[in-house]
Amino acid sequence: MNIVVCVKYVPDATADRQFESDNTVDRVGVDGLLSELDEYAVEQALQIKEKAGDDTEVTALCVGPEKAVDAVRKALQMGADKGVLVSDEAIAGSDYVATSLVLAKAVEKIGQPDLVVCGMASTDASGSVVPAMLAERLGLPQVTFASVVETQGDQVRIKRDSDTATEVVGGTMPLVLSVTDQTGEARYPSFKGIMAAKKKPLETWSLADLGVDAGEVGLSVAWTAVEDTSARPPRTAGEIVKDEDGSGATALTEFLVSKKFI
Amino acid sequence: MSEVLVVVDHVDGAIRKPTFELLTLARRLGEPAAVFFGSSDKGAEVAQKLGQHGAEKVYVVDDAEIKGYLVAPKAEALQQLVEKAAPAAVLFVSGYEGKEVAARLAIKTGSGLITDAVDLDENGVATQSVFAGNYTVTGKVTHGTPLITVKPNSAPVEEVGAAGTVEEFAATISDAAKTAQIVATQPRQASGRPELTEAAIVVSGGRGTGGNFEPIEKLADALGAAVGASRAAVDSGWMPHTFQVGQTGKTVSPQLYVANGISGAIQHRAGMQTSKTIVAVNKDEEAPIFELVDFGVVGDLHTVLPAVTEEIEKRK
Ligand SMILES: Cc1cc2nc3c(=O)[nH]c(=O)nc-3n(C[C@H](O)[C@H](O)[C@H](O)COP(=O)(O)OP(=O)(O)OC[C@H]3O[C@@H](n4cnc5c(N)ncnc54)[C@H](O)[C@@H]3O)c2cc1C
Ligand SMILES: Nc1ncnc2c1ncn2[C@@H]1O[C@H](COP(=O)(O)O)[C@@H](O)[C@H]1O
Repeated sequence: MNIVVCVKYVPDATADRQFESDNTVDRVGVDGLLSELDEYAVEQALQIKEKAGDDTEVTALCVGPEKAVDAVRKALQMGADKGVLVSDEAIAGSDYVATSLVLAKAVEKIGQPDLVVCGMASTDASGSVVPAMLAERLGLPQVTFASVVETQGDQVRIKRDSDTATEVVGGTMPLVLSVTDQTGEARYPSFKGIMAAKKKPLETWSLADLGVDAGEVGLSVAWTAVEDTSARPPRTAGEIVKDEDGSGATALTEFLVSKKFI
Repeated sequence: MSEVLVVVDHVDGAIRKPTFELLTLARRLGEPAAVFFGSSDKGAEVAQKLGQHGAEKVYVVDDAEIKGYLVAPKAEALQQLVEKAAPAAVLFVSGYEGKEVAARLAIKTGSGLITDAVDLDENGVATQSVFAGNYTVTGKVTHGTPLITVKPNSAPVEEVGAAGTVEEFAATISDAAKTAQIVATQPRQASGRPELTEAAIVVSGGRGTGGNFEPIEKLADALGAAVGASRAAVDSGWMPHTFQVGQTGKTVSPQLYVANGISGAIQHRAGMQTSKTIVAVNKDEEAPIFELVDFGVVGDLHTVLPAVTEEIEKRK
């Protein structure tokens, strides 16, 4: 089996995330890492590989700046077999539509995949749309937002918890699968994994390698334009009381009454 | 005036509130036309409700042939409808399905897509709240038909009489779109409490409950509130995932959010920091949740909450 897992390099959510002056996400000035939600995708890809137990190969694929190689490396340390980073000045500022184009072309170049595994959302854009766009571009079924994944030969079955129902969705490979953080803890790279990763193949491709014209991607041709970004005004400091012998409950009740919630 | 398509979010013909919010936004941009994927039998009944909220027209796409499949057939049908109606925009509810149908439609129609808008003005400028609610971004689709998914609670529900004329739309669905099969569906059980994303008040519990959600539930019921939970509480198996508030759970923006035994991690904040009033009860005065609050109590939730619940009951 041939599995491609899409991993995004994102600014650390616990750091001070910012925008550049051109309103694109600052991907260089803020520490970045493999999107935590994509660790679950790597984990599921590895579990599927382990279950298949044959010569299944997992390729970690990332589209991002040069530094994004860290995200690919982390996936290799976790156990992916090969890594591909697509990096090109022209890609900077791409929106979902352009990102999905580059990803689709890269998936095609990697070869006929049986499974393309994605996270449920990137932790910076939180769009949850790239997997469906990839499926559309690759002409594949999508089996997405899995909280539980089961595979049997070329059959995939997932549980999907939407707002109004829990569904069981099934499909036949090849397909695009996306997984949520409900699928179970992602493994940490072991020391052995970290050492082994250094010898694994890791390629960097440019747009030219994919046959994508620079005029099709990037900020200047994005199909959506950001007009303005502004930091939310900080919340004004509230009142904090210490509870002593029930005083906290009384004070809280009074607050709720003053705000007419009671 | 051009039509603005609103894709109806419903369960067996029961229209969910965010659809009415979309109709309010659609009226700013043009002439609202709802798209109902469902049984043709329900068309007239559904159209009446949608008309009451401003839909001039209701396209009914009978879903008998496609309801057993995920996302792709709806995107195909919408592509055909977009070609026919040439709408000024297509609006979706930001949920798994709305986002993914929009995503496929974007590629099919060569259109830009904005997700998770919290507002939309008459010029098609969408407002988004990003980076866990720390930034507000405005933007616009510049290519193709603007496709915009809107978060629940982003606009008021308005009653305005409109024609709500039913128009059957027969879409042609390819076999290729019918490949991800919905094998089984289990509808969500009603909790008897307001729905989390729609509630005016949310009372949440985290790891600090130690697994005992009774004080949370009792306070919620006294306030007529929905119950929420942190991921730590969900991961511990104390509450189902559908109760989770945060980045990988629900986003809520109620009038009042009461966080109990929740530290206030960035991923939790992402789902609640735009609440109008925030209250927290936490043992640890250093807990980051206190940076957000309008009112905070440093104390044990197991004693504070029951006392507040009792006070409320007394005043009723
Ligand atoms: C990719 C990713 C996505 C995530 N998504 C989400 C999400 O959607 N939602 C979410 O909530 N989290 C999410 N998290 C997890 C998040 O980072 C935190 O781990 C989680 O929110 C912590 O939950 P908590 O506040 O209940 O627990 P803790 O951080 O352990 O805090 C418990 C708090 O309870 C207090 N306490 C203890 N006992 C009492 C008592 N008797 N009375 C009063 N207070 C008490 C403690 O002082 C402490 O502040 C995500 C994490 C990642 C990496
Ligand atoms: N630049 C990228 N490189 C690799 N994978 C990506 C990229 N952007 C999105 N993805 C994949 O698509 C998923 C959803 O992303 P998004 O639609 O941006 O929320 C992520 O969890 C990744 O698996």
